[in-house]
Amino acid sequence: MSLLKVENVSRHFGSLIAVDNVSMTVEPGELRAVIGPNGAGKTTFFNMISGFLTQTSGKIIFDGEDISALLPARRVWKGIARTFQITEVFPELTVRENLRIAVEVASGYRTRVWQTEDAEEEVKARVVDLLQMGNLSEKADRLVGELSHGDQRANEIMMALALKPRLLLLDEPTAGMGDQETYDITQLIRRLHHDQKLSIVLIEHDMRVVFHLADRIMVLAEGKMLAEGTPKEIAANEAVQAAYLGKAAA
Amino acid sequence: MQNLNARAGDAIIWLLLLTAPFWLPLTGGYVELGTEILVYALAAMALNFLLGYTGVLSFGHAAYFGLGAYGTAVIMKYVYESTPLAMAFGVVLGTVAAAVIGPLIVRLRGVYFAMCTIAFGQVFYFIAFQWRDFTGGDDGLSAWHREPLHFGFVTLDILNNGKALYFFTLAVFAVAIGIMAFLLRSPFGRTLLAIRENERRARFLGIPVDRHIWMSWVISCAFASLAGVMYALLNDFVDPRALRWDQSGNFVIMAVLGGMRSFWGPLIGAAIFIVLRDYISSHTENWMSFVGLIFVLVVLFFPRGLLGMIRRRLAP
Repeated sequence: MSLLKVENVSRHFGSLIAVDNVSMTVEPGELRAVIGPNGAGKTTFFNMISGFLTQTSGKIIFDGEDISALLPARRVWKGIARTFQITEVFPELTVRENLRIAVEVASGYRTRVWQTEDAEEEVKARVVDLLQMGNLSEKADRLVGELSHGDQRANEIMMALALKPRLLLLDEPTAGMGDQETYDITQLIRRLHHDQKLSIVLIEHDMRVVFHLADRIMVLAEGKMLAEGTPKEIAANEAVQAAYLGKAAA
Repeated sequence: MQNLNARAGDAIIWLLLLTAPFWLPLTGGYVELGTEILVYALAAMALNFLLGYTGVLSFGHAAYFGLGAYGTAVIMKYVYESTPLAMAFGVVLGTVAAAVIGPLIVRLRGVYFAMCTIAFGQVFYFIAFQWRDFTGGDDGLSAWHREPLHFGFVTLDILNNGKALYFFTLAVFAVAIGIMAFLLRSPFGRTLLAIRENERRARFLGIPVDRHIWMSWVISCAFASLAGVMYALLNDFVDPRALRWDQSGNFVIMAVLGGMRSFWGPLIGAAIFIVLRDYISSHTENWMSFVGLIFVLVVLFFPRGLLGMIRRRLAP
């Protein structure tokens, strides 16, 4: 069964149609990229999957269940985690504290006023794992707000992973980063996809990243789906070249 | 090192509080001034549970402070002269009111939340003001007094002994802020911190944000009610000014003045506020303009409050 099925969703903002009748199916373990020029409706499309916005029409099915009407927190409980284009973290807390909160919430401890030592140890061990996975061990006790953009993004991705999601949504994970940072984040996403078989949908502008990572690519333009296929198919697609890649090349 | 600093800070504050009745008179103060500082400090720290640790600004905490105070006075005057009973009723009254009003406002954010807390606060103010037969209207509820406390063989005469009242208030204060500190150190407290730090991230970690703000609001208001209870006991009197909006403003000023990101900040703020009021008001009626001036200077130059500034200086 498909993990995520988006069926004919549209989103109107007044007379503007940001997303127009778009469908997408993501299989378990797949890494799907969503690309398109600025204003194509990619982030709006994403926001509807994560529940940040509700769709004007259409349906979102996750693991066979219609989640179209669920609030964001409930979609998180179902197993959908996301990051944002502008990093959303806890800037005045340390990396360790950021991850600790994420792990505690994910473990269902958010209303606990008392914690057993075992639970405490478990949380700590999981935080150490996440720190290592995100290459953040050396910066664990620094305030997140003082870290580089790349490290903040890695921290945000680790917070999302702390939730043990079945589907990870990444909104422009390498936006505004230098070459080295872009490379590091790309490698991180690659490891998550290959080693942990995590299903990922990502929006990305950097074509090197997209063609390097994605199993399949969906192209949006002016709110509509322009094409969908493997990286090879997309690269060879004339409509895509005209609308998007062509412009970038010219 | 920072941990050590914090512990030393805690120790100094407790030592000062425990010995206050003995050194306060030497500095030109008096014991009741110390008790009043504790009462206001509790109110400001209760507000700060919501403001500093959940990131939600209430401009209506005087309502629950006042309900605690009126609850106490009403029991004492009309029902039964028992200090513990009156205290319990005051706290329950304020907490239940907060729990009921909470769901109506926790969806709001920022200035909208603050405005609605003022509005609900003023509702209680006008009830207290208008319901002459029961609340005494503008004149307030007087002609009652706190009763000595009996613990088995020992009697604590908080009625006639100022020091006994101070230490009783200190004990209540200590238990209350102990509970708040305990909550803030738990996973629950960290969930609140997450909401303060970044509501969007909190929501997308799967935290039902509104529900948690409601919990924080009720806890905060419960301790504000307790402060109101102690206020009524201290004065043997309560009038509608206890729950007017400017009283709410005073709590906010105290929290911000002392530093809302530090646990003890509101205590420092309350101490400065009360001492200034006491000192300046013996010279001029316009003491509030001086407090206002100091408030503006602190906000401009030490946005983290006085304690926040000191902590930053001490940090390596």
